[in-house]
Amino acid sequence: MEIAFYLSGLVAVLATLGVITHLNPVHAVLYLIVSLLAVAMVFFALGAPFAGALEIIIYAGAIMVLFVFVVMMLNLGERVVARERAWLRPRTWLGPALLAALLLVVLVAGVWRGEFGAVIAGEPLTAKAVGTTLFGPWLVGVELAALLLLAALVTASHVGRLPARPGERRP
Amino acid sequence: MTAWLSPAAFEVLVAMLQALAILLGAVLLGAILTVVERRLLGLWQDRHGPNRVGPGGSLQLVADMLKIFFKEDWIPPFADRGPFVLAPAIAMASLLLSFLIIPLTPSWGVADWHIGLLFFLAMAGINVYAVLLGGWSSGNKYALLGAMRASAQTLSYEVFMGLALMGVVAMAGSFNLREIVAAQQGLWFIVPQFFGFATFLIAGIAVTHRHPFDQPEAEQELADGYHIEYAGMKFGMFFIGEYIGMVLVSALIVTLFLGGWQGPWLPPWLWFALKTLVFVLLFILLRAALPRPRYDAVMGFGWRVCLPLTLINLLVTGAVILLVAPP
Repeated sequence: MEIAFYLSGLVAVLATLGVITHLNPVHAVLYLIVSLLAVAMVFFALGAPFAGALEIIIYAGAIMVLFVFVVMMLNLGERVVARERAWLRPRTWLGPALLAALLLVVLVAGVWRGEFGAVIAGEPLTAKAVGTTLFGPWLVGVELAALLLLAALVTASHVGRLPARPGERRP
Repeated sequence: MTAWLSPAAFEVLVAMLQALAILLGAVLLGAILTVVERRLLGLWQDRHGPNRVGPGGSLQLVADMLKIFFKEDWIPPFADRGPFVLAPAIAMASLLLSFLIIPLTPSWGVADWHIGLLFFLAMAGINVYAVLLGGWSSGNKYALLGAMRASAQTLSYEVFMGLALMGVVAMAGSFNLREIVAAQQGLWFIVPQFFGFATFLIAGIAVTHRHPFDQPEAEQELADGYHIEYAGMKFGMFFIGEYIGMVLVSALIVTLFLGGWQGPWLPPWLWFALKTLVFVLLFILLRAALPRPRYDAVMGFGWRVCLPLTLINLLVTGAVILLVAPP
């Protein structure tokens, strides 16, 4: 499973680079979808098929569809491509890239010196095990997430409400 | 028995041949259904349907295939080539891959995963991109409008498609389709999970863009929707993909709610085929019988009726499971 892990990790990194360097917004979003699918494959290789499947269903299958949807509706044309091209000149990205490279060196050094942790075993985790862990030791976290989502839901329904026309009473 | 054909290798070979047979079977069935549907529509609408090619119109499929293969494979100059070519492949592949998880008989079936049902939901999620990319990359207003309708509709209906199945999962205690079939030994899930069945059937029709939910390709308003610029075999892949989706949803309904291959007297494969056939015919009959509703009515129905129904169904199912068999 190690080969699968490293290959899909490589795909994820390359696809994410594609997201940054592509000029056309729709193509960039497509690269992001490939990147998410590759991350799902990483989960599969690590032996967490439940997390991998949820990654595809929720991120690639629902959230990114909305992204693509919005980007398509915006009808971004040549103007945006030209602006993206201007942003991709070396003097724009060289500084941040250097700083990020420095951080990467620190990260790699830290990983290199520290414990490697468990080796990729490919022992698959069942959905039941994930569920009992979530609703056992992590119950408080789940409840907090539920609270947050409820608040988001109420806010979304308030924002999405149509404004009342004059002379019309809305419940 | 030669040396290289050890029992383990033989097993792998048999599994591969089974997978290949299921793949070819699904594609062939999809292709044949294109003609069967037109004949049946003719029958139900009191007209003939295609009956000229071969005895009784039996060779219509060959004629269609020849035509579709020899048509010019045209890509519009204003289209975005990459996504334009990719879209039909996604349309067909994501649906075909879902056949992996369906157990046809006790011994036939490709994969036996414990995340089985989630794999189908993931593939259904990816299938949206086919329509979305096809519609956008065509560079055509009708296609874009069709793609927008399709993706909004599919997203809305996928939300409660997953929820409709969770009742079954809770009762069987597994996402694995073989275990779900085994759990229906005494009673098919259509009885305790009737609302789950009804909502999944509706969601299945909507996700495959079959008739009462085919606003994305409504001929009268959108010319043909998202695949208006497609020609030749690329159109064929969208077209056959729709029928493969129909077979897939029928097979899934049979597996999840009607006990899969189980049944008295007849062999398992025949039971599975007969039950699936009934649902495929139901799909076609719906197209023959029902008018097309307005688009906002479709969306409203999904969010206001089906989503609350599935949530209540899931709540009641969970409560009953806890009451009957406390952990």
